[in-house]
Amino acid sequence: MLPKIFLNSRESNITLNRICCQLNEKHYPWNNSVIVGLQPRGVELANVILKRLKNDFLINDIPFGLLDSTFHRDDFRRRKQPIIAKPNKMPILIEGKRLILVDDVLYTGRSVRAALDALGDYGRPLKIELCVLIDRRFSRELPIQPDYSGHRVDAIADERVTLDWSDNDSPEVLIENPPHASEL
Amino acid sequence: MLQSSNLSTTNLLGIKDLTPQDINLIFSWTKQFKEVINRPIKKVPSLRDITIANLFFENSTRTRLSFELAEKRLSADVINFSASSSSLNKGESLVDTVNNILAMQVDFIVLRHPEPGAAKFISQRVNAQIINAGDGTHEHPTQALLDAFSIQEKFKDLKNKRIVIVGDILHSRVAISNIFCLQKLGAQVALCAPLSLLPRNIHSLGVEVITNINEALEWADVANILRVQHERMDKSYFPSIREYQLRYGITMERLETLNNIPLIMHPGPINRGVEISSEVADSKYSLILNQVENGVAVRMAVLYLLASQGHNS
Repeated sequence: MLPKIFLNSRESNITLNRICCQLNEKHYPWNNSVIVGLQPRGVELANVILKRLKNDFLINDIPFGLLDSTFHRDDFRRRKQPIIAKPNKMPILIEGKRLILVDDVLYTGRSVRAALDALGDYGRPLKIELCVLIDRRFSRELPIQPDYSGHRVDAIADERVTLDWSDNDSPEVLIENPPHASEL
Repeated sequence: MLQSSNLSTTNLLGIKDLTPQDINLIFSWTKQFKEVINRPIKKVPSLRDITIANLFFENSTRTRLSFELAEKRLSADVINFSASSSSLNKGESLVDTVNNILAMQVDFIVLRHPEPGAAKFISQRVNAQIINAGDGTHEHPTQALLDAFSIQEKFKDLKNKRIVIVGDILHSRVAISNIFCLQKLGAQVALCAPLSLLPRNIHSLGVEVITNINEALEWADVANILRVQHERMDKSYFPSIREYQLRYGITMERLETLNNIPLIMHPGPINRGVEISSEVADSKYSLILNQVENGVAVRMAVLYLLASQGHNS
């Protein structure tokens, strides 16, 4: 079955614009804020946010890092296969900073919990905020909520919510149904 | 989709049991763990619910410390055992010793033992995952992995690279594991040693033997220099240490006569002034300290991948 388009590129463009406005409103003049993209799928969104802040709001040189939380996950040895780790690139100081953690979809909250744990390896930020494009609000397994969210989706557990970045700056948000028994 | 993959084995008994895909998988994780051990906080919590027993029935400094550090960096609980201070001296058998340790709910055993095949023997008799940290003159898989990883870091790809192993091949588990590992990754391996220190039928492993050290070094991209293992020698294999040093010792004068100077490796411990001179060991051609650093990362990768298998199997 073909995936359902939840947001097309035009709509996500408007949403991303709103998120950047909110970020700018809260963090301007950006003298103590850093952005960290969560590997692997938050990286694209974090890059787009940085690009928009630069082009639309003339905010340059925001300190930026990529964080991988694989080794801090709580499902190690509980999955059939281990998740492959992605590179950590944290050439920034986070001690005492206002840190914006960016991920594409907030689902159970377990990746974010692992990321909060992993950030502790680099210092103690003044504040950590969570920015996501999609919030699957009824699927949380931990008490974690976003500070900035594009849209809320009430997808059921077996459905997959993915972002298609074919258009580099504004993704399509797709909801894939679980395959029917006859398709397996 | 998140990529994922598993090793084809649940124990690491020898390189012989690994596929080239396994080795490459271990290397891809080693790169990630190398980044981890260079962070300000070098510890991750992945193995926090795992207990590892390091059972060393034979002396070791480097390997034991490297395993222990790798285990601690992954947050495992670690117990150490050395044969000299154990009840083995009171006549307890190997299996009984290991089973008693396992009764304390240990998940992993890292085993160093003077008998070839000890790791396999134990793996068939106890219910824990085994990592061979050297069994007699048989295999030392993690040393071979870290050696190959260190070479790959320099050359990107091992395919058709020429590696010569110089020294006491006869008593060396490092040599055997290195030959298996390097060949599985597509490298060409040659050996250079006095004939008395070469095992019979070594040609059956598909290696070339070059008896002239200068020719061997000229041929090679990398020279892995092995220690002369006096403690395993029950008779005299060469006339004198001085003669060995003159004929097979790697000195700067010898290297400077070559057109292409190979990178120099040594698994340690080094007998400075015997198989390798201090000048060479500390020179820009030496990868010896890279090997030590990579040793921790490789062992973290092996522990992590095997641990991810254990729970499911």
